[in-house]
Amino acid sequence: MQGLAVTDLSASYRKNNVLEDVSFELPQGSLTGIVGPNGAGKSTLLKTMLELHPKLSGTVTFAGAPLSKMRRKIGYVPQRGSVDWDFPTDALDVVLMGLYGAVGWLKRPKAGHRQQALQALAQMGMADYADRQISQLSGGQQQRVFLARALVQDAELYFMDEPLAGVDAATEQAIMTTLRELKGRGKSVMVVHHDLQTVEDYFDHVLLLNRRVMNYGETAEIFTKDNVYRTYGAGLRWRKEVPS
Amino acid sequence: MTLLLSPNAWWVLLSMLILGVASGMIGTLAYWKRQSLMSDALSHAALPGVVIAFAITGVKALPILILGAALSALIGAFLVQWVVSSSRIKEDTAMGIVLSVFFGLGIMLLTIVNRTGGGNVSGLDGFIFGQAASMVRSDVYTMGILGLLVIAVVYAAFKEWKLYLFDPQFAKGIGLPSGLMNSLYTGVLVLVIVIGIQAVGVILMSALLIIPAVSARYWTHSFKWMLIGSAFIGGGAGVAGTLISTMGKGWPTGPFIVVSSSAVFLVSLLFGARKGLVVTAIQQRMQKRSPRALPAEAEKSMVKEGGLQ
Amino acid sequence: MSYTAWILLTAALVGLSCGMIGVLLILRRMAMMADAISHTVLLGIVVAFLVTRELSGYHMLIGAVIAGLLTSVLIQWLQSRGVQGEASIGVVFTTLFAVGVILIATQVGNAHLDVKHALMGEITFVPWTTVRLPWIGDIPEATLILSAVLLIVVVAIIAFYKEWKITSFDPALAASLGIPVIVMHYAFMSLLSITTVAAFDAVGAIMVVAMLITPAAAAYLWTDRLSVMFGLSGGFGVGSAVAGYYIASWLDTSISGSMAFATGVVFLLSFLMSPKHGLISRYVTVPARKKATSER
Repeated sequence: MQGLAVTDLSASYRKNNVLEDVSFELPQGSLTGIVGPNGAGKSTLLKTMLELHPKLSGTVTFAGAPLSKMRRKIGYVPQRGSVDWDFPTDALDVVLMGLYGAVGWLKRPKAGHRQQALQALAQMGMADYADRQISQLSGGQQQRVFLARALVQDAELYFMDEPLAGVDAATEQAIMTTLRELKGRGKSVMVVHHDLQTVEDYFDHVLLLNRRVMNYGETAEIFTKDNVYRTYGAGLRWRKEVPS
Repeated sequence: MTLLLSPNAWWVLLSMLILGVASGMIGTLAYWKRQSLMSDALSHAALPGVVIAFAITGVKALPILILGAALSALIGAFLVQWVVSSSRIKEDTAMGIVLSVFFGLGIMLLTIVNRTGGGNVSGLDGFIFGQAASMVRSDVYTMGILGLLVIAVVYAAFKEWKLYLFDPQFAKGIGLPSGLMNSLYTGVLVLVIVIGIQAVGVILMSALLIIPAVSARYWTHSFKWMLIGSAFIGGGAGVAGTLISTMGKGWPTGPFIVVSSSAVFLVSLLFGARKGLVVTAIQQRMQKRSPRALPAEAEKSMVKEGGLQ
Repeated sequence: MSYTAWILLTAALVGLSCGMIGVLLILRRMAMMADAISHTVLLGIVVAFLVTRELSGYHMLIGAVIAGLLTSVLIQWLQSRGVQGEASIGVVFTTLFAVGVILIATQVGNAHLDVKHALMGEITFVPWTTVRLPWIGDIPEATLILSAVLLIVVVAIIAFYKEWKITSFDPALAASLGIPVIVMHYAFMSLLSITTVAAFDAVGAIMVVAMLITPAAAAYLWTDRLSVMFGLSGGFGVGSAVAGYYIASWLDTSISGSMAFATGVVFLLSFLMSPKHGLISRYVTVPARKKATSER
């Protein structure tokens, strides 16, 4: 199956070019980290591919079709900070939201949908928290709920915006286990990632981004000291010296 | 133009000029504190204070009404802060509650006072839309002195304000007392609101704080010039609106001042040197870069830019 | 029905429809948009009157929806051009409202439409303007319009319940699922505009803000379930409206002002005493809260 193909994608934010001629092709069944300094356009890349942010030019296709026609096949995990966790709802309900596209207009989620949502929560180790108000969850638990919501979409391609930011070690492991399992089932996952120390352990592909694609390919080949320096510019200390 | 013939007229115009300048300056502070609508909440919140002050003293002396208005607006400011800091209610909701509930209370009290107080209270209605023409000489003095005080506070601590608004953390770090600056900011904001409400009215007072600052933003990158420009626009709008409102019998002052400053805003929006529509269009024509993508896609950016939150 | 009964029914309809819309309003962080729209609706009403020279409810509804959407589009447009969110709301609504007031003062003269009425509403006049309906008989026009608006609001909320929920909670995810976030936004603005104008006659431009925001904010302190929040907010709205009427007749003062005041009392009680998110609960259930926060 043909995967994600991005050709010459450009986008601007308030008149500044944040993405310039981004092109890459993602093989199916891969786990890709998007790595780059602050302001490199990592989140914008995800949003532009999903057409949540206007593009200036370029094309994005998945399985040969424009991405906008393939929404059902794509799961998106926004940054945890992008929503108001005081919203009056519980964890199960948030997971159910992932199914709203599939449920369709004017229809309510059925018992079957609830079952799916519960399963996804259980998979993230959150079964006991199904009816917990979302503001009472810890940061890591909230992130697990978001992951469960993506799982329940049963997509072929996942875009995740910093799912590992600010979570506890147990949650990080739980999320990585899930991501690897998704990859094992032939899904593709693109993850915006900040922690340079874990890149080699976590991802088989890396996209080094700083407004344009600095390097893209298999982690073992691409994730070298020189390439990372070139992406981040001066001022970066390599590997273990980087304060976490 | 009956106003120009009356001996009071020039004094009224002068005090409107001072009011406009003061509110233009404070509006710039509020703009950078990202609290433009707080001024709207506080001006509405002043209404019950005006009525209560009148009901207690029985005289329509401006200093007393201003004191009542200031107390009531400060209570409103405190309530917004208290509700936001100790519950899940967000700031915009808290401002809306204070604004509408205080105004409702003010209308309740005003109706009672109007019914029981006889003819001598009719001027209180003027606090809703403003009646600059009804100001007497002593009102003008009160307004002028307090307005000059506000201007002096902004002028004297110019660089401290700049630091406080731009980077409050850093300001704290180098020893600027942030608690004092906060109180001072609330103080001058409330002061300029309460001296303005007799002339502009509680409903539209916030426009005199918001519109000049936003207009000035179109002309400059510099905080100092924005402050000066905003003061200039505010003063001009105050004078122009007052003059226009004297041309018809019973025309309220507030709306004409607002429309005068809106006219300046429109000109700024079109021709402003910084991001004005005409300037931007010329720049874009010269750069000629991907004009195709803009119009249809502009709407989509709403999702991202937080317009829908 | 008696005169008082019509007034109470009208007040209750205002409380219910504003209370329901208010829930979405505060969850979408648009409380101040309601303030803006309630003011600019005045311009829509005045222009509709100047064009048709009639004080008919339907013309005014149309004028109000156009004014409401115009407000929302203008604010959005200024924001997209880099004006701060709050400041662009302030510029747009004060300007349009000032134009409305000037038009009333200079063009309309004494023709039934005065500024004070528009600002404060006059619910005591509502029973005097009636229309005759088959089967039911004479019914006040404002009450009829409010009933129709309430029906539209309730149907729209129930039919698109999950779409409202997801576009309010996580618009980015909603858009990625293909739900038209922008269409939902303008649909909501239209609902808000018709609710505002229908309530206008009864409570006026500024007190309608109290009816929209305050009961919903109070309900937000009592529950963590969206459906319960809708019910509570509607209930608080009706309760405040009815209580406001009785406070006003007791003190012989403005009914709309008293209704706004009553919503404030309901909110204050909720803020202090709600077992879930009230002030007192913070001190009573400190250990449980500590546990929840320490997990973060």
